[in-house]
Amino acid sequence: MTGTRLLDDVAIRRALMRIAHEIVERHESLAELYLVAIPNGGVPLGRMLVENLEKLSGVQAPLGILDTTLYRDDVQGTAERPPLRVTEMPSSVDDRVVILVEDVVNTGRTIRAAMDALMDFGRPRAVQVVALVDRGRRELPIKIDFVGKNIPTQPGESVELVGEGGQLEGALEVLLERSGAPGSRAGVGTPGGDSSKGVG
Amino acid sequence: MLGKDLLGIEDLERPEIERILETAQRMTEIGTRDVKKVPTLRGRTVVNLFFEPSTRTQTSFEIAGKRLAADVVNFSTAGSSLSKKESILDTAKTLDAMDPDCVVVRHKVAGVPKRIADVLEAPVINAGDGAHEHPSQALLDMLTVFQQKDRLDGLTVAIIGDIAHSRVARSNIYGFGKMGAEVRIAGPPTMLPADVETLGVKAYCSLREVLDGADVVMALRIQRERLEGACFPSVREYAATFGLDRAKLRYAKDDAIVMHPGPVNRGVELSHDLADHRPSVILDQVRNGVALRMALLYLISGRPRTRAESPQE
Repeated sequence: MTGTRLLDDVAIRRALMRIAHEIVERHESLAELYLVAIPNGGVPLGRMLVENLEKLSGVQAPLGILDTTLYRDDVQGTAERPPLRVTEMPSSVDDRVVILVEDVVNTGRTIRAAMDALMDFGRPRAVQVVALVDRGRRELPIKIDFVGKNIPTQPGESVELVGEGGQLEGALEVLLERSGAPGSRAGVGTPGGDSSKGVG
Repeated sequence: MLGKDLLGIEDLERPEIERILETAQRMTEIGTRDVKKVPTLRGRTVVNLFFEPSTRTQTSFEIAGKRLAADVVNFSTAGSSLSKKESILDTAKTLDAMDPDCVVVRHKVAGVPKRIADVLEAPVINAGDGAHEHPSQALLDMLTVFQQKDRLDGLTVAIIGDIAHSRVARSNIYGFGKMGAEVRIAGPPTMLPADVETLGVKAYCSLREVLDGADVVMALRIQRERLEGACFPSVREYAATFGLDRAKLRYAKDDAIVMHPGPVNRGVELSHDLADHRPSVILDQVRNGVALRMALLYLISGRPRTRAESPQE
């Protein structure tokens, strides 16, 4: 993967530690927290946040993984259906404060899909959102509660969380690439592409 | 990847089978939720067009469609205009004019789903045609084996029973073969197909030989009402020679699993005890059937109609 590096591993870890502090600061009772990561990029970030919260408060929040593919608003028009990813929700979200964890938020459509999916697992008391990167080109009224870094971008640019050897493991970094036609739905049908490209 | 229709495993490439199985494996999670429904195919219509009665397969497709939020319409031939001598193709064209997004076809004659698919705009899924193919059954069988064994490559699969008249056997022979498993068949010689060699399988006439080293043992349903006296002398003799019980299962590998497409003739293909308990995975097969059919509907129904659009390009 080539492209301009926006965040390196150290910066990502620092941002997630700051966000953990902010979460602790804003919640009186950490026992009601329930982190839900959106694959693929949200999953390693969710794990780090759970670790950080445990270090800060001693409370281990449950971590769920929620695939949004079947809730997307652009699946019906696609000839090649996007691949499904893992969903693992360890317990009910009833009366919990759910914190959705996403790597890159752009249009807000993935977060919209994640909220719909979440409601199928119960009735959370509140839903908040963590985004490592907020690109800010919102198409829906979605607000991000905890932001790692605001990075305004142009159409045709893609921002992606990547790890070592194409996996989301080891040292992570956030890369910016300029490619594709402005406004194209580049993410549709490409594995793992939707969180960061067209519909993120 | 994946054409307009799903008519048989013979037409599929290995990556297409892998894609279907991966999608189905993800779909199994939805069946474990309290709310077993996702909005993916909202506003889409799936028609079950069953010219031959089949409670299990039809129900499985119906539940699969509903879990994806599609509207599912069951068109059964009893009481329909087919009893008024309307031709199958006219019935199919009439249905097509109502713009379904997928038509699931079952017919007792091989090739009917293909004939229907050729005239329909909507994608067609073959839910079993004569002694030809039953692709969704073979795919759910492969999914079930994969869950138990973590692989299909290199496994030995023994299929026992009426191979010649079985679309389940034919689809599984193609499917497991394409996925790298060794498929063996066994049954009374009158029930083995004439084209065994072209199918790339080895045929056995003894249960002991076919089971030796098998990872998967699949017993097929004997249509006793149709075949007793014609293909084998008596059900009792069939049960004694090819019926499976725990004692005979010892010839297979220690961790072999037992499968059956259902409904089981208890005491014929499988002993009572084996039909109900591990290592039989019969209810897993049924459960996986819903997830697998969800995967098929997700992957091929309601896609943009490229055929209709192409003249304008």
